[in-house]
Amino acid sequence: MLRYAVVRLLQGIVVIFLVSIATFVIMQLAPGNPVDIMIGEAQVTQEQIDAITRKWGLDRPWYEQYGTWLLNVVQGDFGQSVIRTGVPVREMLLEAAPMTVRLNLLALAVAAMVAVPAGILASVKRNSLFDYASMLGATLGVALPNYWVGLMLIILFSLQLGWLPPFGSESWRGYILPVMVLAVGEMAVLARLTRGAMMEVLGQDYITTARAKGLRYGVVIRRHAVRNALLPVVTILGYRLAFVLSGTIVVETVFAWPGIGRLFIDSVYRLDYQVVQAIVLLLSTIVVLGNLLTDLAYAYVDPRIRYD
Amino acid sequence: MATQTTQASLDQAATVPALAPLSERDRARQTELQRSWRRFRRYRPGLVGLTFILGLFLVAIFAGPIAPHAPNAVQTRLRGDAPTREYPLGNDSVGRDVLSRIIYGTRVALMVGLGATAIAVTIGVVVGATAGYFGGRVDAVLSRVVDALMAFPTLALLITLAAVLGPSLVTVVIAIGTTVWASYARVVRADVLSLRERDYITAARATGAGHARIVVRHMLPNVLGPIIVLASLAVGNIIILESALSFLGLGVQPPAASWGGMLADGRAYIRTYPHIAIAPGIVISLTVLAFNLLGDGLRDAIDPRQRI
Repeated sequence: MLRYAVVRLLQGIVVIFLVSIATFVIMQLAPGNPVDIMIGEAQVTQEQIDAITRKWGLDRPWYEQYGTWLLNVVQGDFGQSVIRTGVPVREMLLEAAPMTVRLNLLALAVAAMVAVPAGILASVKRNSLFDYASMLGATLGVALPNYWVGLMLIILFSLQLGWLPPFGSESWRGYILPVMVLAVGEMAVLARLTRGAMMEVLGQDYITTARAKGLRYGVVIRRHAVRNALLPVVTILGYRLAFVLSGTIVVETVFAWPGIGRLFIDSVYRLDYQVVQAIVLLLSTIVVLGNLLTDLAYAYVDPRIRYD
Repeated sequence: MATQTTQASLDQAATVPALAPLSERDRARQTELQRSWRRFRRYRPGLVGLTFILGLFLVAIFAGPIAPHAPNAVQTRLRGDAPTREYPLGNDSVGRDVLSRIIYGTRVALMVGLGATAIAVTIGVVVGATAGYFGGRVDAVLSRVVDALMAFPTLALLITLAAVLGPSLVTVVIAIGTTVWASYARVVRADVLSLRERDYITAARATGAGHARIVVRHMLPNVLGPIIVLASLAVGNIIILESALSFLGLGVQPPAASWGGMLADGRAYIRTYPHIAIAPGIVISLTVLAFNLLGDGLRDAIDPRQRI
């Protein structure tokens, strides 16, 4: 177990290293140079341009720039925004991150509260009207582009009914629509997973045994089936981090939500290299760590799983 | 599901003799393709999906004759007009016919969906087969690359690539194709890894077959099934990615008609002309749904073991 954990951790570090190189190289391919972007329309002398170039280390070869950057990142310094001159990237991230985390945790909670009971009920009442309806809903839910769901909710609840603000995060009412949008996608996946896992468990011999010894059906479902079925469901949530983070980018843009996703899009539009690099690296690191923790948690919780 | 399968085989057992008893020779004459098609036909939603997709292809090919108006014809006096008899889905923010633009947008969706899938499958098969077949260090290196790619939230990587390379139809196809192949590589690698130890591979090697011949002639045909299933499920996902990129202004550039781009227009004018945002989203959802249903049907037909 310890050996496995160490190997996986080392693999994770290699992966994050590869990710950081890839990110850096992609940003080097960008047309135009950041000095021009910073100067904009202003009239400047060659000396001023040189000064800016030297200040940001843009005159050195890319691997030196990468090395400097990586060293700083490891120490928690993500550099400074090229566009919003002088603002440390770390500050921008720390400001935006809680908004994104809060939004996604709420969405996940809502999705789980709806999807897990629905999936369990669908598996217990297999081939019933409820089963078909919830699985039809799940199939539709996966096919809907989340940003479009967002637009439709804005039209219905903000513009037609006037109940909720179309964007903004000042009051709790601003949370409702983006949370709903993010929840819809996760709900569909979760409900399918739960139903599938329950079906598998319900076919096991120990379920038949529990019934045969006279336990009531409800007790068998609650104590024997659900507990075993939810383990794979919970762990697969860890593997879905990459999808969740992809989803939050567009949804935050639709609702003008001041989180990591919108900061990312804004920075991409303005080619703010430092911020884009930092965010991509941050998101990928979160995904790698999430997967790693999921693997370890799985191995810890389920003693049947052994890794060599 | 278990009961369903038995039910299906019972049905088959009941109907087959009634139609015409198949002799052993006739059964042998049925190709695997015919048998798969028979299994596929039994899954109604899959047939519906296939029909819808064939319809989309016809619309894309004959967009010119079908579209009631020119997709880029600007009619300023019709700006944001609600649906009328002549313009069944209304007009967009500069007065172009929404229906005609949706019809032309089919081309972009299918080109990106199929083009990117083709690129992704090709890279995935080559990388996966190489890693699985050679194992050892080759596998370790390629697997880390795959891990690194899977660690990126797909959309973040796509947005960065599109912004850096300059958004266009070609960029979108290549960016998506070179980003989403990692999951294919994983599947192919695992399958090839398990095939490597089979007796018939040893036999092939004993007859003097080289690496390339063993992989291409003896292994790939065996992993084709899962690949086809994964690919058909991926097309829907890729169409959503493309529409999200276009929605963010990083996909196919205006004035070319794309569904995601139309939704961006819908978002910009959501207060004044909310109808613009509705139809393109419905079309995207139906298309994605159709490809997902086709994928489910193909999974049942080609790879009955994978049924959930």
